[in-house]
Amino acid sequence: MAQQPAIDPMHQFLIHKIVDIPPVNIGGFMLDLSITNSVFTLLVGTAFLMVFIALTAQGRIVPNRAQASVEALYGIIDNVLVRPIIGAGGKPYIPFVFTIFMLILTLNLMSVVLAIGNIGGQEWTFAVTSQLAVTATLALITFLSVFILGFVKHGPKFLGLFWVPGMGVVGGALMVIIEMISYFVRPITLAMRLFGNILGGHVVMSLFGSFVVGLGIFALGGGLATLGWIGSGLSLTMIVALTGLELVVAVLQAFVFAALTVVYLNEVVNFGHGH
Amino acid sequence: MDPASAKMIGSGLAAIGMAGAGVGLGVLFGNYLQAAIRNPSAAASQQTMLFLGMALTETMGLFAFVMSLLLRFG
Repeated sequence: MAQQPAIDPMHQFLIHKIVDIPPVNIGGFMLDLSITNSVFTLLVGTAFLMVFIALTAQGRIVPNRAQASVEALYGIIDNVLVRPIIGAGGKPYIPFVFTIFMLILTLNLMSVVLAIGNIGGQEWTFAVTSQLAVTATLALITFLSVFILGFVKHGPKFLGLFWVPGMGVVGGALMVIIEMISYFVRPITLAMRLFGNILGGHVVMSLFGSFVVGLGIFALGGGLATLGWIGSGLSLTMIVALTGLELVVAVLQAFVFAALTVVYLNEVVNFGHGH
Repeated sequence: MDPASAKMIGSGLAAIGMAGAGVGLGVLFGNYLQAAIRNPSAAASQQTMLFLGMALTETMGLFAFVMSLLLRFG
């Protein structure tokens, strides 16, 4: 029987250097600024977004097709999230939410439909939102800007966010601890959710991909093993279905990230209006 | 039992936690569908809340998933 390939679904997330730049010393820290496949994916995503902006941002009163496409995306953030959840006071924050949404949407969709893989003996792009470093950075940017915005807008009064009225002194103090934990765990959950969803989806897709090849090779052995073609074919069907599911997840996770950003912003903008 | 195999078993046990998220998502979408069929005109307005609830419910399962991965590959 032929040699079976090893099933290694985590291999696709390995980071390797594409352009090796020697470490730079900045203020006593050695910074490795090499272009890895993670950096390359982010660069491709950013370049794609830049082209998208250049093509669609035209400001016509009667939009053409390109402008209509971005206005539909903008409408999701404006009409579905910001206005119903925050209200009129949320207008200044739409660009921030829209930026986060578009970046995550682009990177997520790139991981499913645009993989520049295995050209010249190495993988160039991969599912970069399955790197905890990337999602944690996005989550921290969101969380810290919202948290700091609270103090800028309301001053020290913003700490009242952790006080639950009507609990007495002892109960209130206990609730402050619980509220603080549930507040400061937010960036972790935000990062974990995106990371876990994309990682999980790609691991499952990779597993079924290895079933197609593995069972196919097993079936080549002849005899009763020929039945392996059935499993191989079923796995191939599963991959098609899973790719569709991953497209939904990619859009949904970008939407959920934006939605939670809006919910956190809502606490700041409508602070003290009874929530 | 050697530590390596205990790690594998622990990783499998940690994945059980995802069952809770499965139940939670089932309850969430089941109840949403029930409400949506009874009052279809109000369904669209609650879709954002549905996805928010989905995200929060799913997080608990993902914690178990990440724990399992950490034990398996960490």
